[in-house]
Amino acid sequence: MSAVTDTSSAAGSPAAEARQISKRYGKTVALNEVGIRIADGESHALVGRNGAGKSTLVSILTGLQPPDSGEVSFGGEAAPALADRDAWRRRVACVYQKSTIIPTLTVAENLFINRQALGTGSLISWPKLRRRAADVLGEFGVDVDPARAAEDLTVEQRQLVEIARALSFGARFIILDEPTAQLDGPAIERLFERMRSLQDSGVTFLFISHHLQEIFEICQAVTVFRDARHILTSPVAALSKDGLVEAMTGEATGLRDGNTRPAMTDQAPVVLDVDGLGVAGAFDDVNLQVRQGEVVGVAGSASSGKVALAEAIVGLRKPDSGSVQVTGRPVRAGSVPAALAAGIGFVPQDRHKEGLVADLSIAENATMPIAHRLGRFGSISPRRRRELANGMITSLAIKADGPDQLVSGLSGGNQQKVVMARALSNEPDALVLIDPTAGVDVRSKQTLLDVVDQTAERGTAVLMISDELDDLRTCDRVLVMFHGTVIREVRSGWTDNELVSAIEGIGESSGD
Amino acid sequence: MVTETSTRATGVAAARPKLAIARLRDFALVPAIIVLLVVGALVAPAFLSTGNLINVLQQQTELGLLVLAEALILVSGKIDLSLESTVGFAPALAIALIIPKASHGLGLGLPEWTGIPVCLLIGALVGLFNGFLILKLRLSGFVVTLGVLIVVRGLQLGFTTGQNLFDLPLSFTYLGTAEWLGLPASVWIFAAAFAVGIVALGYFRQGRSLYAIGGNSDAARAAGIRTDRVIWTVLVIGGLLAALAGLLMAGRLGSVAASQGQNMIFTVFAAAVIGGVSLNGGKGTLFGALCGVLVLGLVQNILTLAHVSSYWYQAINGAIILVALMLSRITSGKAQD
Ligand SMILES: Nc1ncnc2c1ncn2[C@@H]1O[C@H](COP(=O)(O)OP(=O)(O)OP(=O)(O)O)[C@@H](O)[C@H]1O
Ligand SMILES: [Mg+2]
Repeated sequence: MSAVTDTSSAAGSPAAEARQISKRYGKTVALNEVGIRIADGESHALVGRNGAGKSTLVSILTGLQPPDSGEVSFGGEAAPALADRDAWRRRVACVYQKSTIIPTLTVAENLFINRQALGTGSLISWPKLRRRAADVLGEFGVDVDPARAAEDLTVEQRQLVEIARALSFGARFIILDEPTAQLDGPAIERLFERMRSLQDSGVTFLFISHHLQEIFEICQAVTVFRDARHILTSPVAALSKDGLVEAMTGEATGLRDGNTRPAMTDQAPVVLDVDGLGVAGAFDDVNLQVRQGEVVGVAGSASSGKVALAEAIVGLRKPDSGSVQVTGRPVRAGSVPAALAAGIGFVPQDRHKEGLVADLSIAENATMPIAHRLGRFGSISPRRRRELANGMITSLAIKADGPDQLVSGLSGGNQQKVVMARALSNEPDALVLIDPTAGVDVRSKQTLLDVVDQTAERGTAVLMISDELDDLRTCDRVLVMFHGTVIREVRSGWTDNELVSAIEGIGESSGD
Repeated sequence: MVTETSTRATGVAAARPKLAIARLRDFALVPAIIVLLVVGALVAPAFLSTGNLINVLQQQTELGLLVLAEALILVSGKIDLSLESTVGFAPALAIALIIPKASHGLGLGLPEWTGIPVCLLIGALVGLFNGFLILKLRLSGFVVTLGVLIVVRGLQLGFTTGQNLFDLPLSFTYLGTAEWLGLPASVWIFAAAFAVGIVALGYFRQGRSLYAIGGNSDAARAAGIRTDRVIWTVLVIGGLLAALAGLLMAGRLGSVAASQGQNMIFTVFAAAVIGGVSLNGGKGTLFGALCGVLVLGLVQNILTLAHVSSYWYQAINGAIILVALMLSRITSGKAQD
């Protein structure tokens, strides 16, 4: 262990260091005597399974909460007092895993929150603020009007605003907690370009992601946490992907590849039938059919309209044209209850807004669509609910104290699993999944996809909206969307390159 | 293996959603006010006279200050029901500390000049106490302020033994009745309070932090805003404004009734919500709240001038509130919450 002196800017002192940090929440130990040392000027990855304690460490490193024990230092200097928020903000900027965009304010104000007065005076000039915001957004390639209310942004746009804000501070140390979970390929590339150029100018990064290839692409060092403990810290170059997975999971078994279901036949009846569906400004005249037991992927970039398509199918958006049928019966458009009643289950993109009630327990959240079946005359039997929830916790490998734990106390990836549990709870005929594995760790992703496989085998028609190659590999076929239309259908057996270039719209007319 | 199903790559371009018209909401009530002015002029020629309009303003000053206070608190995502009790309690206690036992005072005989500062101080203390219960003990704001509403009203009944106080010190009656530059002093105070509030909330970081806290307090904290401190300050300012409203009311009426301020809180909420302030926090402007106050004031005045039987006031007032809500829902195009 290095001797840390009090003298500032001692040669070779790390940009940030945490030592012997412990943190408990009730009986959950979130961090157990962990340490991390982030050298000046490096991009340091922090990886670990869902619930390993990564985000907890982030909140301690940014002064949002105190550790139970242990200490934090920046550039060799002890961290400021918790109440001195300004001092923390000078030392570290952060993109938190949970959105910190304020929905009721404009994009411009969100970018400059709590520092709206840009000049020397303390009076805010709104035109100037909007101009500066437009500059920051433009610099980062975010095509959003700064005068818009943040609540109208899509999930991707919100994430981009959040990233642009953290990078625009001029902080020398920046933490990014799963910044790429909601971004498409080109946006991730732009983020990495920005990170590289900032790193060239001496900025240090702590980068958290469940996409291990990103870590090999952008980081020089990696620290692995498992079950609240520090497992290893190593240069990235000295580790293989398998070695990294082994350190994270504690076991050396390979990851699966592709689906295990028998090949689809064309005889199976059509369950989900989408006919000429369109939402103005998002997508146009989409026809697709999913058969019983089939898994169909929909891939495309953020602007492809794939999320809007899924939201129109499940009733979160009102389509302007076309219709949706489930097992031959039409579904009333633009109504989630109607979609649920028709036998559609879904995982929405925005788990905080549409997926979960944070202050209810796992059991209550996961059984919400079937509450009416849990007891007679509108009463709910708590025992049956807990039994059901316990089953879900096991089958989806949710890391929690038990079915009564509040969802707000779960790690990000585990919240996502609860959303999945909820979608599966009423044994839907058709399952629509939007980015179902966002924020889920490599091992849990397998579990989740296995569950999707099993659900399909039992006869559910699954529509999977994602551009995650691992997700799409479970699909029997993948529809690729580009600027609001389905431009291709790709049968399983594709190579990564084929699909990626199809998604990016490269050579989409090569078949002429 | 890639098969083409369609090579049509045109599709619909990802169109930009239309510009947010949130700002329009602030002015949603301006047409309503104009309509009311026209209706008023048609109902009674005296309506548009300067005297009458000033009268409308003066009658709304106390309600207006309370709405200002409640709007600040609602924007920061909290709620305070106890304001209406402070309206009676603060001036009553400040006066009781001055006047002799014979006039239902406490017989402490504090000098007359203490009246105004003590009154304001009491209001601030009630806000401070609310803040302590809500922020330090983490109790529910709704129930805390409901409890404080009852306790504070009860205290006033206790030390005045339910009597109205009449022997007001001069400083009180002065503010409630004086005219500065041809306008009642209370109208100046009301206008100044709103002007300061509008500028602070519109153009200062500290004021904007109320919106940030009301919109998403975790995010506000992450952005370096000391959320507890800000909310505490807002609650204290709220109590202070309520005491100021009580002071003006006492001066205007020349007495402090045991029930001064009672039931005002409903009208306060109505004005704030009509004016576009969200009960869920983070939304609404003081200008909107001000418009809400004016709408209610004008309606009241027109009813009086039109000789509508006072037995019907309540029903009509309620109906107006509902209509105003629907109007602002239509003009803003957004669901209210
Ligand atoms: N506010 C809280 N209350 C109770 N328990 C909590 C709270 N926050 C975190 N935990 C628990 O602490 C542990 C670590 O959570 P943390 O969010 O740090 O995980 P993580 O590594 O970021 O996971 P993920 O990859 O899913 O984001 C989890 O078991 C979680 O349930
Ligand atoms: Mg996390």
